[in-house]
Amino acid sequence: MTAADRLATESGAKPAPLRLAVRRLGLSQFRCYDSVRLDLGPAPVVLSGPNGAGKTALLEALSYLSPGQGLRRARLAEVTRLGQGEPWAVSARLDGPEGVSEIGTGLAPAADRDDQESRAARQVERRVERRIVRIDGKPAAGPGELAERVALLWLTPPMDRLFQEGAPGRRRFLDRLVLGLDPRHARQAAAYEKAMRERTRLLKEPGQADRRWLGALEERMAAAGVAVAAARLSTLTRLEQALEAGDGPFPAALLALEGTLEGALETMPATAVEERFRAGLADGRSRDREAGQTLSGPHRSDLRVRHAAKGLAAGLCSTGEQKALLIAIVLANARLQAAERGMVPLLLLDEVAAHLDAAHRAALFAALAELGAQAWMTGTDRALFAAMPGEVQFLTVRDGRLDSVAAHARIE
Amino acid sequence: MAESDLDRLIRLLAKLPGLGPRSARRAVLHLLKHRELLLLPLKDGLAQAAERVHECSRCGNLDAIDPCAICGDEARDQSLLCVVEDVSDLWALERSGGFRGLYHVLGGTLSALDGVGPEDLRIDRLVSRVAAGGITEVILATNATVEGQTTAHYITDRLAPGGVAVTRLARGVPMGGELDYLDDGTLAQALKARRPL
Ligand SMILES: Nc1ncnc2c1ncn2[C@@H]1O[C@H](COP(=O)(O)OP(=O)(O)OP(=O)(O)O)[C@@H](O)[C@H]1O
Ligand SMILES: [Mg+2]
Ligand SMILES: [Zn+2]
Repeated sequence: MTAADRLATESGAKPAPLRLAVRRLGLSQFRCYDSVRLDLGPAPVVLSGPNGAGKTALLEALSYLSPGQGLRRARLAEVTRLGQGEPWAVSARLDGPEGVSEIGTGLAPAADRDDQESRAARQVERRVERRIVRIDGKPAAGPGELAERVALLWLTPPMDRLFQEGAPGRRRFLDRLVLGLDPRHARQAAAYEKAMRERTRLLKEPGQADRRWLGALEERMAAAGVAVAAARLSTLTRLEQALEAGDGPFPAALLALEGTLEGALETMPATAVEERFRAGLADGRSRDREAGQTLSGPHRSDLRVRHAAKGLAAGLCSTGEQKALLIAIVLANARLQAAERGMVPLLLLDEVAAHLDAAHRAALFAALAELGAQAWMTGTDRALFAAMPGEVQFLTVRDGRLDSVAAHARIE
Repeated sequence: MAESDLDRLIRLLAKLPGLGPRSARRAVLHLLKHRELLLLPLKDGLAQAAERVHECSRCGNLDAIDPCAICGDEARDQSLLCVVEDVSDLWALERSGGFRGLYHVLGGTLSALDGVGPEDLRIDRLVSRVAAGGITEVILATNATVEGQTTAHYITDRLAPGGVAVTRLARGVPMGGELDYLDDGTLAQALKARRPL
């Protein structure tokens, strides 16, 4: 029984669609795209085209509908189409359980730089690379607000090395999973990072740093940091249950969080952890000053993943097995979002069919169909997606232009 | 090459918040087309404002008189002091009509990354204003941003030895939300439901 069915039986009424779907997409000066307008149905989308056509760029554009960095983690200015003065922008009309949302986002126009005199001008200067967000025609206080309207998850080829590389990538992956279940997570994480950067800067300044000012920042760090750690822990617990059974050919995974605050939260009340973290920061000032960074905190946590049946750390599994583990985690998270939040997230699956054998591909397509997600998939070869059940919107991409292949691509 | 008068005007206007080069050009053209109705009165208005309007030496508000009209209004509750980041926040609270005390404008928030420290803000003056007596409650109405909250915490710490009651606006305001963007009703409510720190 799908989450949608469950809701239908509970309420006895015809359920609103749980699926979040992009129904209209506009790009302007985004990577290789000059200007694109696309009308879409709620069905999954397959983008095919040669290398360098702009498939990943389109997914990247969609990734900016959620808070934080895009799926390429690019500098915002780098995304603007080369040779263009006008900054990039992405707009979308989304159809979801809470109705229709109009989202617009893009690089904030560069401020006039020749005025260095005022402090305000310096502040503007530093924020030149800022993303602006509009929701339903009104300016949002920040990208963090997007999490309330849009849920999306992505898998990209660079993430194939997620289990081999360092903790930062896994932590980012984890935080995306948390965000889908807890929209406030983005703001807490941003607040934590911000206060931490402020403190690091203050510690670097020559002379005796203002103790009260440091204390105020550490207070912020402790409050936001514990909120971040608690949200991760709670997501992980729920996700583990959803992952225990495995998912057809997708393996069951064991997840564990490694982190000082996350560990402490398992045995101590949150207020005690917060106070201990704050005190630890105050005690660690000279150590952190020497290191030029904050040495402990939730910004250093790591996500450990094991292949349950094999009893192996994910990093030791084969390339295909690692991909299957990642897919299992993403699918479990999407199902959890549907059940708990009543919203099936958008899924951006770049080159997802590569590395998967026919059985895994079929299982993935079936899982996506059951979930009812608007999944955006890319590949150089459209034939890999021929076995997808149900309606699919096939688009070809070439030199920053999009064409719908099948006549039913626009059927509602 | 020397910049033409028009280019200079456009460049200056384009620095205003909310205006870019394109809208500045439109504004300049509009002004020149409505010389009597707009351009000349604007010129006089700007000259007068430049000459007369200054920061209030007590609270940091902008006014043509010093102390400003708010500080000078004896009907206002002299025991209540509301601390805001910026004059625009003071205006927002005045528009809401929900506050009848006095203000203190900080002139920004603590921000190490922007090089703004306590000495760049009107914090020392706030401390001595409170120390001078007569104020029983300080309401911190800084924004719900990291900088706003850090500044509020810092001020609370500075005011602690004096024993004055320090409260914070209660708000269902989104984090990162700015006072200036709130509608009047929300603001008035946030003021009414303020809570101790
Ligand atoms: N800022 C930019 N301005 C203009 N073009 C850009 C910019 N950034 C990237 N490109 C180009 O955009 C094109 C599309 O890149 P993209 O990664 O989307 O291709 P793709 O279809 O995913 O290809 P592949 O199959 O190789 O993954 C590339 O040719 C790239 O060089
Ligand atoms: Mg690609
Ligand atoms: Zn005054």
